[in-house]
Amino acid sequence: MPEAHRPRLGVFKFASCDGCQLTLLDCEDELLPLAGEVEIAHFLEASGDVRPGPYDLSLVEGSVSTPEHLERVRRIRADSRHLVTIGACATAGGVQALRNAADAAEFRAVVYAAPEYIDSLATSTPISAHVPVDFELRGCPIDRGQLLEVITAFLAGRRPDIPNHSVCFACKRRGTVCLPVAHGTPCLGPVTHAGCGALCPAYGRGCYGCFGPSASTNMPAMIPLLRTEGMADEDVRRLLHTFNVRDFAAIEPAGEPAAGEGG
Amino acid sequence: MPSATAPPDTGSAGCVLDRDGMGALVRELRARGRTVIGPTVRDGAIVLAELESAEELPYGWGVELEGGHYRLRRRADAAAFAHSAGPQSWKNFLHPERVRQWTADRGPDGELTVRAEPPAAASFAFLGVRPCDLRAIQIQDRVMIGGPHRDDAYRERRTGAFLVVVECTEPGATCFCVSMGTGPAAQPGYDLALTEVLDETGHRFWARAGTARGAEVLDSLPRRPADEATQDRARRGVAEAAGRMGRTMPPVDLRDLLADTLEARRWDDVAARCLTCGNCTMACPTCFCTTSEDITDLTGDHAERWRRWESCYDLDFTHLPGGSVRTSARSRYRQWLTHKLGTWWDQFDSSGCVGCGRCIVWCPVAIDITEEAHALHQESLADRAGAADGAP
Repeated sequence: MPEAHRPRLGVFKFASCDGCQLTLLDCEDELLPLAGEVEIAHFLEASGDVRPGPYDLSLVEGSVSTPEHLERVRRIRADSRHLVTIGACATAGGVQALRNAADAAEFRAVVYAAPEYIDSLATSTPISAHVPVDFELRGCPIDRGQLLEVITAFLAGRRPDIPNHSVCFACKRRGTVCLPVAHGTPCLGPVTHAGCGALCPAYGRGCYGCFGPSASTNMPAMIPLLRTEGMADEDVRRLLHTFNVRDFAAIEPAGEPAAGEGG
Repeated sequence: MPSATAPPDTGSAGCVLDRDGMGALVRELRARGRTVIGPTVRDGAIVLAELESAEELPYGWGVELEGGHYRLRRRADAAAFAHSAGPQSWKNFLHPERVRQWTADRGPDGELTVRAEPPAAASFAFLGVRPCDLRAIQIQDRVMIGGPHRDDAYRERRTGAFLVVVECTEPGATCFCVSMGTGPAAQPGYDLALTEVLDETGHRFWARAGTARGAEVLDSLPRRPADEATQDRARRGVAEAAGRMGRTMPPVDLRDLLADTLEARRWDDVAARCLTCGNCTMACPTCFCTTSEDITDLTGDHAERWRRWESCYDLDFTHLPGGSVRTSARSRYRQWLTHKLGTWWDQFDSSGCVGCGRCIVWCPVAIDITEEAHALHQESLADRAGAADGAP
């Protein structure tokens, strides 16, 4: 039997912290079997052995943040049979999208000693704002199990089993006692996309929404609940406006103090 | 409807266990190879977990309940069962959140081998089943093994489970078992029924056996015959509990009410408050819906099918080609409530609600099933009065 074509995997990075592609390296037990099933053709964090496209599956991390990104994201799309975005930066613009509703030039001036050398766009946007994507995997960072599910689903030619419901599902399934109800702890679980396994609530910390909004949210009901639990308007705004600021801002009710400004 | 206040006639006056007797009960059940599950304090709540000793029971703890609110409170006495429904229910053990159903392997020659998951041997003893929760177990029995499609793994867990009901003497502010006819007295279906009594003569449990295996366990424990005073005190405690329900349902046929109010304005009102987070369905002791999860390994030669809890609040629950059928929060809340109180009768010949109040307590935004039912009732009365007056 001739050796079957091994699918070619590419991993690419835009504006991001590298934490999501690191999740792939963290798949310790599965990494060698994976390397047997796919040809890792482009993964700079793991290897300097870079091979040209086309790629059967491209995992794309990071947001589109510079003029150079605008062109590069199109090239990667053209080189990829399937393109999956991984993480909050690639799916929602990341924490750097805080500049979208602020003065980016002012940010630059504050952060960099010589801002004139920095060529960045006024906005940080998800990959899907520029090219069609086949699947968006959420999280800051993404979940290891979900990443493997997406890759194995791709290899099997099936749809990945990535539920779009709230973190509350995971807490209840895990048997975690509800933090808002039993402790009055503010928690974004009811409006946040599941996928982390309800990690923070299991350790007594309220969800801070790093997977972004779930498929079914009711922000006009959620925001008053956060206030009832003792959060000031400024705290509510900060809670919602972090890693997925773009996605949460998009569903906040007009007129809410939480809505509007980025930082 | 069976009386909610009179204990069933067990054919004997039963016996009395003291706190040491409770310790002996847990030891005896464990000695018989059972995994004893009961209430215990963890993470600021009274949860259900494996007990190694009766000393892990929540002696001296009570709870303060309201819509979207649960707090542990120290009690002045040392009662172990003076608390109502907590964050979980017995379905967490009888109908676990995720169960493997079968595995499939493809051999080198391409031949497929499919193996059904053998039912895991389980021998539970549930200690502290409230009467409402006993009814909830029976309702899930009807769903899982009472119809033409039977779940063998559930049957295995269920028939192996030894049920120690503890009658309710301390209902919570969100309880309404009297309205649903499920408590606070134990109704048949238990192996043992206990009623906790604390007074000047001591801390004790009036115990009755409901089955032969229950009687056998009881006979092996240090105990004394049930005196009149203990029985009277126990009966009075349960009767008084019936008068202290924190909530009621409207005094109408709920199945008719739900069938007649499908287009009520109230659905829009509740939908504006509902987070669609799914907590009510997973806290509910009777909600049983599941979905299938197919997983493969990296080679594609090994596949597994799992079944996991699903909820009618999940958009994917009604996902068909073309998208979800119930996209609005209104349609999903209405589906849950009409099924729970109304169409459950058509499907399973009973209500799906036992009045435990979990959905009220564990709803982060305090949506209250009884308040919604009352509002639907009032709206239907008002509409009828309006129609009778000839109003538009």
